[in-house]
Amino acid sequence: MTPRQKRLTWILLGVGLVAAAVGLVLFALKNNVNLYFTPTQVYHNEAPQGRSFRIGGMVEEGSVKRDSDGLTVRFRITDTAREMTVVYKGILPDLFKEGKGVVAQGKLDSDNVFMAEEVLAKHDENYMPPEASDAINKAEAAKSSSGTTPSATYPAAK
Amino acid sequence: MAINWFKYSAPSTFYGLAGKLIPFFVWPAVVLFGIGFYIGFFVAPTDAVQSEAYRIIFIHVPASILSMFIYLIMAGYAALGLIFKTRLSAMMASALAPTGALFAFISLWTGALWGKPMWGAWWVWDARLTSELILLFLYLGFIALQASIEDPRRADRASALLAIVGSVNVPIIYYSVQWWNTLHQGSTIKFSGTSMHIAMQQSMFIMLVACWLYAIAIALSRVRSIILERESNTQWVRELVELKGERV
Repeated sequence: MTPRQKRLTWILLGVGLVAAAVGLVLFALKNNVNLYFTPTQVYHNEAPQGRSFRIGGMVEEGSVKRDSDGLTVRFRITDTAREMTVVYKGILPDLFKEGKGVVAQGKLDSDNVFMAEEVLAKHDENYMPPEASDAINKAEAAKSSSGTTPSATYPAAK
Repeated sequence: MAINWFKYSAPSTFYGLAGKLIPFFVWPAVVLFGIGFYIGFFVAPTDAVQSEAYRIIFIHVPASILSMFIYLIMAGYAALGLIFKTRLSAMMASALAPTGALFAFISLWTGALWGKPMWGAWWVWDARLTSELILLFLYLGFIALQASIEDPRRADRASALLAIVGSVNVPIIYYSVQWWNTLHQGSTIKFSGTSMHIAMQQSMFIMLVACWLYAIAIALSRVRSIILERESNTQWVRELVELKGERV
């Protein structure tokens, strides 16, 4: 091997080893790298007990209710398999909407209600003008009313 | 043939070539920035969910893409410098670092400005944001390491190692939104296509090309300064100074 090839080999070997080390560390810390827990994970007791964590999912359609003080909001977060109730007192972000993504930070109380201190809205990677969005919504509504796509609907709340 | 390849790896030859190339990148960049901003602000429609606020994407996405690509190019040059011991490669790596750091900063900064009104937070420690912040620190570390060692050859070697090892971070940034759950949305531009209205795509693409041209132009002009600085005690630089000196 020429010195040149030797240096190349060392560099490739070094990058390979570092990549493997970083990969293992990130794999081991998977739960800490994830920003939030899903309601299913909380249901299986994978979320930390007694300390603050984040849950994420969709705001269930028709679940948002405001208390009479006008500030406290109750809603359910669902990952389409499990859902949990969230109580939050404060101002919600503009993009907070039923059926849209949300991430909330807070603690579980004794009745398994999530007491949120912070609610963040999560938007998706699709960008389109309002007319196109309306058209898609109408097409989807027409489809689901004819009963061809039952998978797109949410599971009934228990 | 090998001679042709290595001819422009001599700093003295590349100095002249870079000077001739710069205008071909600067002017198209200026024009494309103009067109990109025009389409972005006046032609592209508003977004159904985020209304006007999404327009920050036209600078946020190109800056993010550039910050990652420039890092890989910088690490590539650093590796070439280590393997072939070509002086110019190390100079190119250090010429790219400030531009890469600038784009990483713009990406984080515009992201924060976008995050506050849309998500409700300036900053979240999710995988995408954190790995991009690490990228900025890698750039700054590269620049600082280079500046802290007196002997340029040793400085090049040390910072090249940092650049090469740090390149592991780039795929982590790109795939972070797939590997982990994050607040940051998934990629709009995927290898399989985009999920975006056509005028929005055009504006983003034009801005991306404009940023590329700007980055190339600024790196070439910076490498010219670095060449002059490092070769200041050689014959050709002294002749160059004498020639220019007559004009002043």
